[in-house]
Amino acid sequence: MPKPTHDPKGDILAIAERWAGEGRDVALATVIETWGSAPRPVGSHLVIDAEGAFMGSVSGGCVEGAVVTEAVDVIAGGDPKVLEFGVADETAWEVGLSCGGRIRVYVEKLTRG
Amino acid sequence: MELGLLAALNEERSQRRAVLVVTELASGAQRLIREADIDAEDEADALRAALLSGRSRVQPGEAGERFVAVHVPAPKFVVVGAVHISQALAPMAIAAGFDVTIVDPRTAFATAERFAGLRLIAEWPDEALPAIGLDRWTAFAALTHDPKIDDDAIAAALNAGCFYVGALGSRKTHAKRLERLAECGVNERDTARIHAPIGLDIGAQSPAEIAVAVLAEAIAALRGGQHAR
Repeated sequence: MPKPTHDPKGDILAIAERWAGEGRDVALATVIETWGSAPRPVGSHLVIDAEGAFMGSVSGGCVEGAVVTEAVDVIAGGDPKVLEFGVADETAWEVGLSCGGRIRVYVEKLTRG
Repeated sequence: MELGLLAALNEERSQRRAVLVVTELASGAQRLIREADIDAEDEADALRAALLSGRSRVQPGEAGERFVAVHVPAPKFVVVGAVHISQALAPMAIAAGFDVTIVDPRTAFATAERFAGLRLIAEWPDEALPAIGLDRWTAFAALTHDPKIDDDAIAAALNAGCFYVGALGSRKTHAKRLERLAECGVNERDTARIHAPIGLDIGAQSPAEIAVAVLAEAIAALRGGQHAR
């Protein structure tokens, strides 16, 4: 019997499945591209529920708040979104990456069949 | 993402199988592609390259940009032989991201003092290997020079489809090993996969240098580098 290599307790995709299984409305955010000194690598996840509860990390804390807000909208609306954060953005001084990097984040709702 | 797709993805991950999830960014359309099914895909080369690299990335596709999420298991490195080379190899392999286990039934070699902080199992390979779980995402090196310990373990590693199987010993030693393995019924297609003499030919002399050569050869096999075969 092979052992799972990911820790189910801290594994964001496992948490997303569990939350959805509990009947919660859930969105998944994924870092899909990075430029410069982005704090979290491509493939990093954040799982968010309709109440704004979240687990994981897409930026080490810099833009999580904004991603959660967008994710709650995605849960309500249903359509996925691509978000971009970086110092060049208008909003950068509010929710930018102080490291000077830039990231794109894909936010999607978990849907049932 | 559909919940069914997420459940299938998590099941594949827990079974240590490699999968890709391809998302069309414009439409949100999504597919899970198992490693065994990549060759049947239109853009098999790009998908195969993504899988070998182990890195998720945005790729141009027919329907615009698509995100290829690469889910590959953490590679293991199983070393049979608690020898001098292993003392150098184990920490290097850990630094390179491998989950390392050393197996040697000879309790004079397999001491916690010689392998402090490392996972060391002082048992015969046929006892220890099933619990470790050799698989396609495991690199394996036999370093004891003792056929009684190495041979069955090599056969097990080949049988499990380990992506790298290396065995210490000269060409002459290896020729004899191949004869023994053939007698035990291991077929030639499998034994041809054994890297022996072990390690990339970098003229390695010291145990630490040989460890570098072995680790480099294993990484080439994992990533499909030009030294892979």
